Amino acid sequence: MGKGRRMKKQGPPAPLDESKITTAFKKRKAGDSESASKVTAVKKRRRSDADEEEAAPKKSALKKSKSNEKKKPVPMDSDSEDDMDDDEFDDLDGISEGSVDSQEGIGRLSDLEDDEDEVDDDSVMDSDDDDHPRETMFSDDEDLSDAEEKLTAANIEGLSRKLDAEKKLEEEEAEQEMQDAMQTNIAGDRPDVFADQTQPGLAPDLQLLRQRITDTIRILGDLKGLGQPGKSRADYVDLVLDDICTYYGYTRYLAEKLFNLFTPMEAFAFFEANETPRPVVIRTNTLRTNRRSLAQALINRGVVLEPVGKWSKVGLQVFESAVPLGATPEYLAGHYILQAASSFLPVMALAPQPNERVLDMAAAPGGKTTYMSALMRNTGCVIANDASKPRAKGLIGNIHRLGCKNTIVTNLDARTAFPKALGGFDRVLLDAPCTGTGVISKDAGVKTSKNERDFLAIPHMQRQLLLAAIDSVDHSSKTGGYLVYSTCSVTVEENEAVVQYVLRKRPNVKIVDTGLGDFGSPGFTSYMGKKFDAKMALTRRYFPHRENVDGFYVCKLKKTGPTPVAKPSDDDKTSTGSRPARRASAQGATTDEEIDKTPILNEDGTAPNLEGGAFGPFEEDEDAERIARAERNRLRRKGINPKGVLNKPKKAAKGQAQLNETADSNTAQEKTEEKEEKPVAEKTEKKEKKEKKEKKAKKAVK
Amino acid sequence: MRPLSETEMKTMFEKLANYTGASLNQLIAPTSEDGTEGERMVFRLQGSRVYYAPLALVNYATSIPRDQLLCIGTQIGKFSKTGRFFLNITSLSVIEKHARFKAWLKPNGVQPFLYGGSVVRAHIGRWSEDCPGSQGIVIYDMNDTPLGFGVTTRSTAEARKLEPTAMVIARQADCGEWLREEDTLFTT
Repeated sequence: MGKGRRMKKQGPPAPLDESKITTAFKKRKAGDSESASKVTAVKKRRRSDADEEEAAPKKSALKKSKSNEKKKPVPMDSDSEDDMDDDEFDDLDGISEGSVDSQEGIGRLSDLEDDEDEVDDDSVMDSDDDDHPRETMFSDDEDLSDAEEKLTAANIEGLSRKLDAEKKLEEEEAEQEMQDAMQTNIAGDRPDVFADQTQPGLAPDLQLLRQRITDTIRILGDLKGLGQPGKSRADYVDLVLDDICTYYGYTRYLAEKLFNLFTPMEAFAFFEANETPRPVVIRTNTLRTNRRSLAQALINRGVVLEPVGKWSKVGLQVFESAVPLGATPEYLAGHYILQAASSFLPVMALAPQPNERVLDMAAAPGGKTTYMSALMRNTGCVIANDASKPRAKGLIGNIHRLGCKNTIVTNLDARTAFPKALGGFDRVLLDAPCTGTGVISKDAGVKTSKNERDFLAIPHMQRQLLLAAIDSVDHSSKTGGYLVYSTCSVTVEENEAVVQYVLRKRPNVKIVDTGLGDFGSPGFTSYMGKKFDAKMALTRRYFPHRENVDGFYVCKLKKTGPTPVAKPSDDDKTSTGSRPARRASAQGATTDEEIDKTPILNEDGTAPNLEGGAFGPFEEDEDAERIARAERNRLRRKGINPKGVLNKPKKAAKGQAQLNETADSNTAQEKTEEKEEKPVAEKTEKKEKKEKKEKKAKKAVK
Repeated sequence: MRPLSETEMKTMFEKLANYTGASLNQLIAPTSEDGTEGERMVFRLQGSRVYYAPLALVNYATSIPRDQLLCIGTQIGKFSKTGRFFLNITSLSVIEKHARFKAWLKPNGVQPFLYGGSVVRAHIGRWSEDCPGSQGIVIYDMNDTPLGFGVTTRSTAEARKLEPTAMVIARQADCGEWLREEDTLFTT
C-alpha cells in the first residue's frame, strides 16, 4: 500500500554534489561538436608552438627570480625556483585549460574567444600535466583563489576576460530561464519542452518534471498549434512517456501500455489517480444485519461514513474512523467486511438467485463469495475455489465469520478441475487473477514487476480459465446460464481480447448486458486496429480517475447452447465442428475477430509493399509442384524413399485422430450423466444417528 | 470426508448438548418456519475437523478430491488426537440459535471478553435466571449480538452473593479468535 513518491514529503534538497554539476556543466558547454573540434585544434597548435614560445616566459620568470635574489638571499638556486614557478603556472594552467573539471568549460570558451592573442595564455600552458598529476581533491574555489594570488601581470587580462565570459553566460542563462517560465504560461505560445532535458546523472527535479509533463500533454492536445515545427507527435509521446517513467516510477513498457489506453490528458489523470488511495468501503453482511443498523452502530463508535453510492444498497464509504475498522466488535461479529467498491460489481452483475448452484473460480479472500452467499440468502450452493491454499485459509475465515453456510471451499486448479470435478452450474463467477494494473494505488509494486512475459502468460491463463468457466455453466438452467468475467486490470489484453477469444472458441456464448446501468464506461469495440465484437460495448470498464473505484472490468456472458463437440464425419473436422453453431450465434453479432485490413499508407499516400499486397497473383500450380519436390527432397535427406511414403501416411494418421476424438467425446458425455445420479445411501445411516441423538438429548434433559 | 463413528458422535453431542439442551434435535432435523420438515443437516468428519452442512451440499462435495476439499458448510470443532472434542468459535452461529442459557454483557465488559478474558460478575448485564453451575452458556452483548460461549463456574443463585470481581463464566471461545487464532483456526 505504498504511497506514491509525490505524496511523501519531499524534504530539503540534497546537498549539491559538485562532481555531478561540473560534469553536467562540462557536457552542456562542450555539447556542440564544433567547439570541441576547435579546442582540439587549438591544443595541437599549442603543442607545436610551445617549444618556440617557451623562451619568453622563462625569461620573465628568471628576471623575477633574480630580483628576488637581489632583495634577500635565499638558499636556492635559480633552477629550483624555475621549477617552482612552473608549478605555480601549472595551477593557473588548470584554470585556463581546465584539467580541473569545473573550469574546463570556461577555459575552452575563453580559448575560443582569444584564438589570436594566445601568447599570454599559452605562455603558461606549455608544461604538461603528466609530470605533475593534479590533486583533484582541491575544491575549485580554493584552487582558484590560490591561483589568483599568484597571478602575474601576464595573465590578468585573460582571467578577467574569462570572468566576463562567465558572467555573460550566466546572464544569458537567467534570461533564457525567464523566457521559458513566461512562455509556459502564455497560451498560444509554443513551449519548447525539449529544451530543458535533464542530464542523465542528475537527480530529476520533480516539480520541473511535472511541469514538463503537463506542458507536453497540453501540446499533444493541440499539436498543430503548439508543437515545434521539427518535432512529430511520436517525439512528444516519447518525451512524456520518459517523464512519466521517471516521475511515477513505472517501467517504460507498462507506462506505454497504459498511456495508449487513453487520450494523453486522461492518461495523465489515470497516472495521478494511481498515486492516491481509493476510499475505504465496507459491505454490510445482510445475513447478519442491515445497513441502517450497521451504520448506526459504527457511527456510535466514532466512524464517519455514508452510503457508497446509488448503485449499491449494501456499501458504506468510510471517511474517517477513530477505531481500527478491522477489529471492531461488529467486524468480529461478522456484520460487515472490508471490501473494495469495485469488487461489488461482478457479483451485482452475476446476480445469483436463491437455490441456485454457483461457482466462484478464484474466490480468495472471499469478499465476492460471501456477497453471493448473502444474495442467495444462504440457500443453494456456492463452490468457492482458490488455487492457493494459504489464501484459501483467509477465505474460510471470512466465510465463517460472515455466517455463510452454503459454501464448499476447494483448493483446485480451476483450469483443469472444472467442469471435470463438478459442472452444470447455474452461474459462474470468474474474477480472474490478473496483472493488477487497476489496483496500482493499492500495490505500487505492479509498476515495476510486470513485464512483457506477464502480459502474455497471464492472459493465456485467463483464457484457459474462461473456457473452463464456460464449460462449467449449465446452458439449460431455468434461472441462470450466466457467467461473469472480471479482472482488476485495465489493459485490453486481459479484458476485451480474452472475451473476444472465447467468443471465437465458444460460439455458444454471447455477451449480455451487465445490469449495472450507467455506472462505468463501455468496453472497447476496437483497439489499435483490432476490431472486437460489436456487443463488447455492453461490458463495463471502471477507472480510478473516472469512477474513483479501482480499475476494473466486468463482462457478463450467457451460455445459449451446449459446447459443440467436433464431429468426426468429414475431412475438415475443425471447420464443420464449429460452423453450424457459429452460424446460429451469428444472428446476434459477428463472432469472428475482424482485423482492420485497410492498407497502411505512406506519407505520400502510396501503399507500401507489404506481404501479398503489391505482389501479383500467386502461381498455385507451380508452387504445388515445388512444394512437392521440396517434400521429396526432405524425405530423401532423411533416408526415406519418398515414393513409398508420400501418399499413405496422411490418411492413416487422420483416421486415427478421428477415432480418438469420438472416444473422448463419448466418455465426456458419460461422465456428465453419471454426475446426475446422486448417492441415496446416506439416508438409512442418518436415521440411526437420529435415534441416537434423541436418546442423548433425553439424557441431557435428565 | 466421512460420517462420524459411534463414539465420535457421542463425545460431540455431549459437548453440544451442554449448550443446546433438548433442542439438539433441531440441529439434525430442523423444522422450517412453516412447520414442515426442513433440509436435513448432517455432520461430517474431514481430517480431525467436524463440519455441519445440509445433506445436499455434502452430496455435491463428494466429487471433490479429499485433499483439495478444505471446508463444507460450517466447521463445528475438532477432535484431538486423544479423542476429545473441542468446539470452535466457528460453531457459534450453530449453537447460539438453540442456546438454552444466555448471558448478556454490559458494554464495558465486551472488550475484556473479546480479548480472551473470562467474564466477571460486574460485567454481566443480565442472564438466564435458572442457570446451574458448570453449564454451557452463550454470551451476547446488550444488542443481542453473539460474542462467544463459555461455562458457568457457579449457579446463578450462588453468583449473586459473590463480589463483583469474581469470575462467573469461564471462556471457551470468543469472537476475538477470528483475529487472534487466524492462522490455526482452520488448519487441518
